[in-house]
Amino acid sequence: MTEPQVLIIEPGLAERDYWRDLWRYRELFYVLAWRDISVRYKQTIIGLAWALLRPFLTMLVFTVVFGKLAKLPTEGAAPYALMVFAGLLPWQFFSTALSESSNSLIGNANLISKVYFPRLIVPTAAVVVSFVDFLISFAILVGLMLWYQFVPGWPILTLPLFVLMAFLASLGPGLWITALNVKYRDFRYIIPFIVQIGLYVSPVGFSTSVVPDRWRLLYSLNPVVGVIDGFRWAILGGESTLYLPGFLLGWCVIVFFLWLGIRQFRGMEKSFADLI
Amino acid sequence: MPAITVENLSKSYVVGHNTAQTERYTALRDVLARNARNLARKTRDMVHGRAIVQGDEVEEFWALKDVSFEVKRGETLGIIGRNGAGKSTLLKVLSRITEPTKGRITIRGRVASLLEVGTGFHPELTGRENMFLNGAILGMTRAEIRRRFDEIVAFAEVERFLDTPVKRYSSGMYVRLAFAVAAHLEPEILVVDEVLAVGDAQFQKKCLGKMGDVAKEGRTVLFVSHNMEAVTNLCQSAILLTQGRNQEKGEAKGAVYNYLSTLSLSSLTSNGQFCRERTKPEAAIIITRVMLVDGDAPGVRFDLSKEIRLRISYQVCKPVRGGFLGFQVKTVLGLPIFTSTNADVAGALGDNVVSGELDAVVHYGEADVKIPAYQLNVGAYELHVAAFAPGRGLLDLMADIFFDVYDSGSFASYPFTSARQGVVLLRTPWIIHKTKRID
Repeated sequence: MTEPQVLIIEPGLAERDYWRDLWRYRELFYVLAWRDISVRYKQTIIGLAWALLRPFLTMLVFTVVFGKLAKLPTEGAAPYALMVFAGLLPWQFFSTALSESSNSLIGNANLISKVYFPRLIVPTAAVVVSFVDFLISFAILVGLMLWYQFVPGWPILTLPLFVLMAFLASLGPGLWITALNVKYRDFRYIIPFIVQIGLYVSPVGFSTSVVPDRWRLLYSLNPVVGVIDGFRWAILGGESTLYLPGFLLGWCVIVFFLWLGIRQFRGMEKSFADLI
Repeated sequence: MPAITVENLSKSYVVGHNTAQTERYTALRDVLARNARNLARKTRDMVHGRAIVQGDEVEEFWALKDVSFEVKRGETLGIIGRNGAGKSTLLKVLSRITEPTKGRITIRGRVASLLEVGTGFHPELTGRENMFLNGAILGMTRAEIRRRFDEIVAFAEVERFLDTPVKRYSSGMYVRLAFAVAAHLEPEILVVDEVLAVGDAQFQKKCLGKMGDVAKEGRTVLFVSHNMEAVTNLCQSAILLTQGRNQEKGEAKGAVYNYLSTLSLSSLTSNGQFCRERTKPEAAIIITRVMLVDGDAPGVRFDLSKEIRLRISYQVCKPVRGGFLGFQVKTVLGLPIFTSTNADVAGALGDNVVSGELDAVVHYGEADVKIPAYQLNVGAYELHVAAFAPGRGLLDLMADIFFDVYDSGSFASYPFTSARQGVVLLRTPWIIHKTKRID
């Protein structure tokens, strides 16, 4: 018989094999994500079509309001609708991922108080669920490209990099807020507010080029700006240019929030069951 | 090497409560002042990174205090105690759900804990889907579940409803499926909390059987239960928790006996006498004292071959029409065995009751009842004594009276090798006819 693994439980003892444990529990990660996905559109009439309808209608409204009424410029010669959608896609991903992950621990309170597993799984799985919605609405982008007969260039190949960027951008604050949310439920009311404001503060309905140059670096402190710019650059190809200093600053902000989020989460993780 | 070593384990919680309201009227000024104080305290807590506690006063509460014990590999340990004694907290700390405040636990082997049946079951998902979900939550891989799929389904008896959302399940089916998944876990150490309190009697038995199998396979089991019978049957040893502290680990039967006697002790004045700590002043009839008498002396342990005598002291505070007294004997599990009332002797529940003796005048009184010998099998029982009135229901109830029945002879075991099964003993007349001799 092999010597069984030894586990020591002591107050304040950082678990040595936390990350290995996380890997061991990957099944749970898939299963939780799969649960949320399969439950998401149960008992609805049009089911998955909701994932298409919402971004499509938002795009329509933004195109009419910003493009036709306010007559804001698009990027290069790209159709305004396409430009809006290239921004809307990461924004929707970011905002749903952020709000889902922020509420994920509270939403799974029954699991947290009855079973042990690395808690990091819960908010991460929530982000993955939003990613599935993102993939579905991607179909609209393809449809729009066909409609406008728009052929993307080679930059489209770099798109996964920006998807990852959006993923990390939402995970960092998501972890931070979901951990704090367990202790102080005030954050539950803050998130919808952030998401609502964020839609207008981020360049979703308009191009970043309308922002005056001297404010641009400051504007890039909003991590979503870098993500949206990246998406537009990758999807619209030569029609859009990437503002590098801002883009790098965006990455710095994302990494900072990720570090902050993980630190906060790990620090509070062991007390979740007591507080929830 | 022991499978589990627990050393000086303590766990404290911070609890808040509202100061008792002394003033008769609540003034808006007081409410505002109190809310302002609370807001100031919460803000201070948040600045220092402490958790928010509701209430005016904050107090530290030790759910576990210096708990130490060892569990050998392959041992089945019962953990018993009253509600709030710290059993669930102990299991939560052992299963790493919450962190201890002090102390140290060393666990050698893979642990699976089952603190609740059907953790994470999602009502919208089908039985099949929930099996995989629940399995993953308990730490099984999909491959493991697939391998044992048929076994689990057969155990749960839900074949026909596998593809129905569990929200359409009856509660019995739900529990069966949930337990079935958990029962097929294969850890080296299994931690189980009170899961047997659910489901019907037949299924409970099946679960107990399964638990017994697990124990026989040489795995270490920690078992928390209020089912004293289950604890004595399943566990070799047990620890008794009282207000967060544990007594020395001992043989399961001894620990259960200690537990039962602490239960009775809380209202025991002298052995066998149970008095009320508080009474309902508005009740028309109150039970003031119940005395169990074994032979001539009060006692709580009875030989099954002797009758159990009960003396109930009562007080009629207000004249009441048709009031009567009754008692009920239950198993420690809470299953009623029989109920008896003083109206029984008066014949049918008719006129005799209305003109009975209890309703006449305000008075003190005593009622004597006997439970005949050879009625209750060996075991622990709970007694409820109550006063009723027609149309007004229960007037007063005295619970938490515990007693034991033992066998000094051999009636309960002969001719069996172990104890005779069943809650009651009935001496039924048997007649054997030899009808034909075969040569």
